[in-house]
Amino acid sequence: MGMTLTEKILARHAGLDRVEPGQIVNANVDLVLANELSAAVAIGVMRGIKGASKVFDSKKIALVEDHFVPAKDAQSAKLAKLMKDFALEQQIEHFFDVGRGGIEHVVLPEEGLVAPGELIVGGDSHTCTYGAFGAFATGMGSTDIAAAFVLGEVWLKVPGTIKIVYDGALGRMVYAKDVMLRTVGELGIDGATYRAIEYHGTTVDQLSITGRITMANMAIEAGAKNGIFHADAKTIAYVEERTDRPFVLERADPDAAYERTIAIDVGNLEPQVACPHTPDNVHPISEVAADDIAVDQVFIGSCTNGYIEDLRVVAKVLEGKRIADSVRVIVNPGSQKVWMQAAQEGVLTTLAAAGCAVNTPGCGACFGGHMGTLGDGERAISTTNRNYVGRMGSPKAEVYLASPATCAASALTGRITDPRVLELAGV
Amino acid sequence: MESTLRGKAHKYGKNVDTDVIIPGKYCNIIDPAELGKHALEGLDPEYTSKMSAGDIIVADTNFGCGSSREVAPIAIKGSGTSAVIAKSFARIFYRNALNIGLPIFESSEAVDGIESGDEIEVEPATGVVRNVTKGTQYRAAEFPPFMRSLIDAGGLVPYVEKRLGGV
Repeated sequence: MGMTLTEKILARHAGLDRVEPGQIVNANVDLVLANELSAAVAIGVMRGIKGASKVFDSKKIALVEDHFVPAKDAQSAKLAKLMKDFALEQQIEHFFDVGRGGIEHVVLPEEGLVAPGELIVGGDSHTCTYGAFGAFATGMGSTDIAAAFVLGEVWLKVPGTIKIVYDGALGRMVYAKDVMLRTVGELGIDGATYRAIEYHGTTVDQLSITGRITMANMAIEAGAKNGIFHADAKTIAYVEERTDRPFVLERADPDAAYERTIAIDVGNLEPQVACPHTPDNVHPISEVAADDIAVDQVFIGSCTNGYIEDLRVVAKVLEGKRIADSVRVIVNPGSQKVWMQAAQEGVLTTLAAAGCAVNTPGCGACFGGHMGTLGDGERAISTTNRNYVGRMGSPKAEVYLASPATCAASALTGRITDPRVLELAGV
Repeated sequence: MESTLRGKAHKYGKNVDTDVIIPGKYCNIIDPAELGKHALEGLDPEYTSKMSAGDIIVADTNFGCGSSREVAPIAIKGSGTSAVIAKSFARIFYRNALNIGLPIFESSEAVDGIESGDEIEVEPATGVVRNVTKGTQYRAAEFPPFMRSLIDAGGLVPYVEKRLGGV
């Protein structure tokens, strides 16, 4: 019996010929990631580990300030300083301060810190994003991250794999975000708990790297340990442009054992919307738009949809127009590099001219931290990944999740709007 | 995790996510007692005022889904809650709870047999859950051997110390 892609990567990092689901392995890590929140707790834990004065490898740790940036208050500044001091003390090579990085999951691939076949753990649940590049990547808490800082290894239970095969061409104004929302809707928010998701099919072969990032990023929204794509020519070109580090290309064996296989035909897929208050409460836009739902805030950004491709889509919809008077639109480019590229292309000017507030990169609005927090009774449509009660602020607010195109269309009307209808109407 | 845990049950539904266990705005706090003041605030703002030290959270499936924030189990522990009994736990929360020493137990029967306000006793070593109010008894799922050895070693930190010592 062969192995899935996840099993192969775990076996190689554990120094084993083969592994099976359920097996516990000690695996070497290629990169350990933390942000200022998870790092602050992890550093405290590490200080308490006897015999652990140094990290295992100062070149294999990435520390990114992104959650409460720029520091929202003195307490946030304290955590940022704690991480910065640690980075300097330990001579961490990949430390990204405000203004030099952005959202961790946008930054790491941009900086060439992610390559196929690698094993990456991070103190953030969306670490699974790097599965877009054929890496095994999973989120952990701070104590596990502290252990990885010191040992350069983690214990992992080998997950069973769910294979999802997507076929069909995406229609106009239908994007990877819609495909993934549909997927989370089908699996349910605990449908893939303790499992790996392996993405297959002609649809994902056609997707850009950004589209794959969006899909791998939301594997956790179905509870998955990781979500992974096979690297192809697009992946290799992206990675080789950013690093000369050698990497291993692997494929799942033809006779790999999958826990189950799901086929999703996206040929007739409409734009999708996750309604309050769980990411699996997913409905087609035609159904949601029929309810004529007014929104107070539109948010564009995050590790799910804060990439240049996403901002271009929004700019195309908003170009030469003004957002509705009843709505405010907040845009956070995902990283400093995305911000600069968007500036050079004129995208930021287009957005600002339409009435959007353009912020510096960061995670704040997505998790109700700062820079776009919702008040009681407010409603938002957002390109982010979670819409639990209180996720973006008040527990009395509502969050709808959708693609950048659907969010941009909704910004023009002030109501949840089908971007295809808007396009046809020539609004 | 040796002595018996005892307290009143506070029962909640499925998918109690980390955003309601400790809302994002508190994630820049690292002091456990301070975090504890906001435990479950997004789900039940009354929780910390109505609970007493030792009380037990009882919940349906997928407890702790969402973010990897370790402050979620830290907040629960910091509130004085002695344990969480659920039908199932989300993966990252499960690891985090064990790593920081928040006792957690999986048992669908126990969850179905407990109502809010019931007096509950749990024997951590055996996983025996007693509903003192109703006079019923349940047994939580055993931890897999590797998890059991981590718990017996006193958590992940002693385990790391042993690995560093070349064991």
